[in-house]
Amino acid sequence: MGGTVKPGYVRPLDVKRGRVDLSHGSGGRAMAQLIEHLFVRAFDNEWLRQGNDGASLPALPGRLVMATDSHVVSPLFFPGGDIGCLSVHGTINDVAMVGAQPLYLSASFILEEGFPLGDLQRIVESMARAARDANVPIVTGDTKVVEQGKGDGVFITTTGLGVVPDTVCVAGDRAQPGDAIIVSGPIGDHGVAIMSVRENLSFTTSIASDTAALHGLVAAIVQSAPGIHCLRDPTRGGLATTLNEIASQSGVGMVLAEEAIPVRREVAAACELLGLDPLYVANEGKLVCVCAAEDADTVLTALRAHPLGREAALIGRVVEDVHCFVRMETVFGGTRMVDWLSGEQLPRIC
Amino acid sequence: MKYIDEFRDGKLARGLAQAIRAEVKPGRWYNFMEFCGGHTHAISRYGVEGLLPENVRMIHGPGCPVCVLPIGRVDSAIELALERGVTLCTYGDVMRVPASGPLTLMKAKARGADVRMVYSTLDALRIAQGEPQREVVFFAIGFETTTPPTAVAIKQAQALGLTNFSVFCNHVLTPAAISNILESPEVRKIGTVPLDGFVGPAHVSTVIGSQPYEFFAEEYEKPVVIAGFEPLDVMQAILMLVRQVNEGRAEVENEFTRAVTPEGNEKAKAVVAEVFELRRSFEWRGLGEVPYSALRIKETFRNFDAEARFGIGYRSVADAKGCECGAILRGVKRPEDCKLFGTVCTPEDPIGSCMVSSEGACAAHYTYGRFRGGAARRTG
Amino acid sequence: MCLAIPVQVVELLPGDQALVDAGGVRKEVSLALVEGVGVGDYVILHVGYALHKLDEQEAKRTLELFAQIGEAAPSTAGSEALRATNG
Repeated sequence: MGGTVKPGYVRPLDVKRGRVDLSHGSGGRAMAQLIEHLFVRAFDNEWLRQGNDGASLPALPGRLVMATDSHVVSPLFFPGGDIGCLSVHGTINDVAMVGAQPLYLSASFILEEGFPLGDLQRIVESMARAARDANVPIVTGDTKVVEQGKGDGVFITTTGLGVVPDTVCVAGDRAQPGDAIIVSGPIGDHGVAIMSVRENLSFTTSIASDTAALHGLVAAIVQSAPGIHCLRDPTRGGLATTLNEIASQSGVGMVLAEEAIPVRREVAAACELLGLDPLYVANEGKLVCVCAAEDADTVLTALRAHPLGREAALIGRVVEDVHCFVRMETVFGGTRMVDWLSGEQLPRIC
Repeated sequence: MKYIDEFRDGKLARGLAQAIRAEVKPGRWYNFMEFCGGHTHAISRYGVEGLLPENVRMIHGPGCPVCVLPIGRVDSAIELALERGVTLCTYGDVMRVPASGPLTLMKAKARGADVRMVYSTLDALRIAQGEPQREVVFFAIGFETTTPPTAVAIKQAQALGLTNFSVFCNHVLTPAAISNILESPEVRKIGTVPLDGFVGPAHVSTVIGSQPYEFFAEEYEKPVVIAGFEPLDVMQAILMLVRQVNEGRAEVENEFTRAVTPEGNEKAKAVVAEVFELRRSFEWRGLGEVPYSALRIKETFRNFDAEARFGIGYRSVADAKGCECGAILRGVKRPEDCKLFGTVCTPEDPIGSCMVSSEGACAAHYTYGRFRGGAARRTG
Repeated sequence: MCLAIPVQVVELLPGDQALVDAGGVRKEVSLALVEGVGVGDYVILHVGYALHKLDEQEAKRTLELFAQIGEAAPSTAGSEALRATNG
C-alpha cells in the first residue's frame, strides 16, 4: 500500500482555471468547498461563519420592510460595475425607496455549468465590497447549478430586510397636485454604459454605470424632510416609466421641464447616435423624490450636500389630471407627452 | 452637440413661430405633408404643432420604410430565420413589425431563430466573416439614405469573396411614393384633401440631391421645401412653404443647405446604380402596388441576392380588417379616425403599419400627442 | 426617415474608415460613400457610414437667418421659475 492520506488536506479551489460543474450544486463536498472558499470568505460575517441554513437575527425596531430583486444583466461586467455590486445596490435601494434603513441581505446564485470560477470570484468580491461599503451584511444565501445552456453564466437574486420609523410614510400613491418632482442627478448613465459594451453596437465612451447604494442619500433626505411623499429609483424603463408609475398610482398628472432634466453630454450623444430617448434609459444610482412644494428647497439642499446627489434638480410639478398623463415642456417650446415605454427601446435607423 | 443643439434652440423657435403667425393669411388653410418619418418624429417629439397657428396643418406622409414594409416580406424574413436556419441580421426598427401569425422577428428569436440586431451592414459582414459556417442574410430596408450602405456591403462581400453572405433587398424610392400620393383620387379630386406643399426629406436628399423634386413642383404645381432634421429646420421650411403658397409659387427650395446640394452625393448614387436596378412594381403596406418604386439586386451580384439564393416567392397579405393605415398614410384620415386606434392597436400591440414604428403617424400621435385628443377637427 | 447625425472626424483609419466623435462618444465609421473628408470635418452619419460632408459655412448662415427672422421673446413662466431654482 503506497502513500498515506495527508490528514486534513483538501485540494484548494482552482479559481484561476476552474469552472463551475454540476457537483458544485449537488450539496456535497465540492459545493461546501465552493461556499466556504468563495462566498463565506468574501462576505465574512458572524452569521455566515455559523454555517447554518438560516440566519438568526435580533429583533428589529420599527416597521419591517422587505424587498427582493433578481439580476440577469448581460454583459456581466460593464464599465462602472458588474452583476455582483448591481445586485447588492439594487435591493438596498428597493428597501431604501420605502424610506427604510436596509439592515440585512440574502443572496442566491444560479450558476451555469462551465462558468469560470475566476469570474465568479470577481463577482463575489465585488458584492462583498459593495455590502461592506454600504454596511449591510449578506447573512444567508443559496447556490444552485444548472446545465450548460440553461443559464446566462450567473443569475443572482438578493433579498433585503430593513426598518422604517413610524414618522416616515413614503409610498407611490402619495403624490399630490402642487408637489415638486426632484431627480437626484443626471439620467441614462447605466443604460448607455451597458449598450457601449454590447456587441454590434460598439462605441467608445467614458460613461460608466452609476450603480450605487442610495440608502445614505435617502437617510439624508428623510432626516431633513421626513414628510416627503414618494421615493423611487428609475431603473428599467428609465425616468419616464417611474414617473408614469407614480402618476398612475397617485391618480395625478405631471408636467416636466425638459431643460431642467440633467443628462450628461456623452449620454445625450450616445442616445442621439442610437436613436434612444434618455428618459427611457435605465439608471442604477439615481432616485426620484416627490414632495410638497414647500419641502423642495430642503430636499434639494440635502441631496446636493451628499456625494451621490450633487447634481440634483427640480424637474417638474404634479398637477391634477384624470388621465394621469405625464407631459413635458420641450426645450424647443412645444409640449409633448412622456408616455409609458412600449416594449423595449431598441436602437433605430429611422 | 454641435450642429444639433443650435437647431433646437427655443428662443429661435419662438421667433420663427411668430414669423409664421405673421405671414399666414387669416381664413386660408395651409395643408403641408411632411413626407419623412424623421420629420414626423421631430414634430411630435418637440411639440412643433403646438407652436403653429391653427390654420397650418401637418399631414404625416408614408416616409417610414418600416411602416411601408409589406407583411409578406416580413413573413419571408421570418421564414428564412425560423425555417431555413439562416443568421438574419436586421436593424432594430424591424424587430417588432407584426407579420402573419402574428409573428415578429423578435418573437421568432424567442422561438430559437438566430436573429441578430445590427447597427450597420458592416456588422453583418463582420458576422459573416467571423462565422463562415453560418448562412448570413442581411434584411435590407430603407429609402435612398440607407441604400448606399447596402450597396457598399455587397461590393465588399464580393471583394472579400464571401460565399455565406446575401441581402434580402427591400429598398424603396421616395419620388415614387410622393407621386403615388399625389396621384391618389382623394388628392387629385378637388375638395377632399388639398395638399398645398411638401416638406422634403432631409437625409434622402443628401444622397439624391434637390434636383429630383423639381418634377413634382412642375407637374403637380406643389411647392417642395427640403428641410433639415431638427425642429428649427422644420419650422423654417414651413415658413418658406407658407410664403410660396401666398405668392402662388411652386418651386423646389432647399432649407437644408448645410448638407443638401442640387446633385446630391454622386459617389453614393454611382455605387447604388452599380449594384441595384428598378423593380417594375412593389407592394407598399397601406399604399398597394406602386410602379417603379423599389430596387432589386442586379444579375451581376446574384450570388449576394437572398431572393435568388433561397428562392423567396412573394405572397401578398392583406392588412387587418378595420385598419385605416392606407387612408392615414395619404393624409385622408387621422389616427383618431381609425376604430382600432388606441384600443386594439397600440404601440405595444401594433396592428397596422402606422403604429409599428415610432415615426408612423399613429405611433407618434399615441406616444406624444394623445393628451391633445379631442381638439377641434381641422379641415381645409 | 433616416436617423442621421452630424459627427466630427477625429482620425482617418485604413480601409476607408474614420474615427468620429459625437459629443464625446467615439465610433469607427466608413468613409466609402464620401470624398475629400479630412480630420476636423463634420459629416452626416447614418448606419455606420458618412453620407455627406456638412458645410459649416452654410450651417452658420442658416442659424443667422433664423435669428434675423425671429425676434427675442420672453420664455414661459413655468420654465423660468424652474431655471431659477436650479441655478
